[in-house]
Amino acid sequence: MNVENHPLPGPVPTGAKSSRTAIADCDIHPVRSQPNAFDPWLPARWRAHLQTYGAGRRLGMQAGPAYPKSQPNAARRDAVPPEGGPPGSSLAFMQAQHLDPNNVALGILNPLQTGQGIANPELSAAICHATNQWQVAEWTSKDKRLRASVLVPYEFTEAAAAEIRHWAGHKDFAQVLVLSRTGEPLGNRRYWPIYEAACEAGLPVAVHAFGYGGAPISSTGWPSHYIEEMTGHAQSCQAGLASMVIEGIFERFPTLKVVMVEAGFAWAPAFGWRLDKVWEQLRTETPHLRRKPSEYLREHVWWTSQPMEEPEPRTHLLDTIDWMGWDRVLFATDYPHWDFDDPALALAVPITDAQRKSFFLENAKNLYGVQA
Amino acid sequence: MSRHVVAPTNEIPPGTRKLFTIKGRPIAIFNLDGDYFGMFNRCPHQGGSLCHGTVTGLVESATPGEYIYSRKGEIVRCPWHGWEFDIRTGKSYCDPDRIKTRSYTVETAEGAKVVEGPYVAETVPVRVEENYIVVEM
Repeated sequence: MNVENHPLPGPVPTGAKSSRTAIADCDIHPVRSQPNAFDPWLPARWRAHLQTYGAGRRLGMQAGPAYPKSQPNAARRDAVPPEGGPPGSSLAFMQAQHLDPNNVALGILNPLQTGQGIANPELSAAICHATNQWQVAEWTSKDKRLRASVLVPYEFTEAAAAEIRHWAGHKDFAQVLVLSRTGEPLGNRRYWPIYEAACEAGLPVAVHAFGYGGAPISSTGWPSHYIEEMTGHAQSCQAGLASMVIEGIFERFPTLKVVMVEAGFAWAPAFGWRLDKVWEQLRTETPHLRRKPSEYLREHVWWTSQPMEEPEPRTHLLDTIDWMGWDRVLFATDYPHWDFDDPALALAVPITDAQRKSFFLENAKNLYGVQA
Repeated sequence: MSRHVVAPTNEIPPGTRKLFTIKGRPIAIFNLDGDYFGMFNRCPHQGGSLCHGTVTGLVESATPGEYIYSRKGEIVRCPWHGWEFDIRTGKSYCDPDRIKTRSYTVETAEGAKVVEGPYVAETVPVRVEENYIVVEM
């Protein structure tokens, strides 16, 4: 399915800046135009290392993502820039195809498949640092609507915390980015220096689905299909969130804000109910928790929308948002990926104007402290 | 309802498709072995440009471990979420009654007839010796 056997039927329709209401897009994936695009920001020592040894990830005997995608580069088939390069690699085409016609006033960049998850910790740190410089040089300095994420080599906590402190106070960075499939559950103490540095810098920590923990992507081995990986993000993110709550990081870091990105959200209420029920019975096991687990979730966690569950009737989705809070949901498209959500059609249910404004723009402006 | 001349037949060879704007609407026209089919180009799910999707066949299975691949070249998948549409009918495979894109009748006509009319062909220069793709809408 990844081979296009037929010539494409001419250029993709794009549009000028539209009259659509301004939105924030909290999950955009910029991609490097060619494999060596980070070279200007990589020391010679690491360029030579990459040429000689490459960058093995924490997944045994394997290159690339854990599961082959349904579309090349997991991208919309109409997102290949006309000037060449992979989808997401051209700012001009991203502007023409997405930022302008969808009237994106604030776009949060989440670069994937760069330095995170690389087994060599120092190489991982070097490429994360290069990626952060690249985001400023090639993206945020050229389009003021865009904000970068501080990519951190989260398995190498010391370097990760140093990376956050390096960029602290830089106005182009909106959040710290980690992936959901970590080597240990996300609340493990080895990651606490990341949360500490993020709180010091006043940056939320975004947890984007996927990653390279090295363990099977489910808790019971490797599933056979891509669809199981896609739905499995809910369980992986539940495990990460349960760990964050139960280990007590929100007691230890009361100003910490967590953004769950691309894991869905309709499962959040049931997850919270389950945590609360068991906590009431096992409270003495974790006396450092002074409130119900769901209260930490509702106070500290934000949720990006894409890929939204699509229940029948669709209005059930509103019940789940009611539980999380209308100030806690952030619209995201996932551009240029294949499971892109169009802002005009993504939340096709009747909601109030105030809810629409919060969901599509205001919550993101408030969370990231941006006047877009 | 009027008949619109959109292109000479050789502009869309068998196995290919092309996007046109007719009466202000985006219409994708496909050629399946000499038969032409028109489809409203916005995916009814979220609006992807169907014309820019992959053209494929139909994979079906009666039981796990067995599969049938048929109707090669007659299914287009949305370039975004991969919804499958039957090029002949515009109906989606997963939810044919609810999720379908409007289909349009497409025929071919000889240049001599097209010149006689009544056809709408503002942008296509018509020559008597060629055949043309005509959409009714």
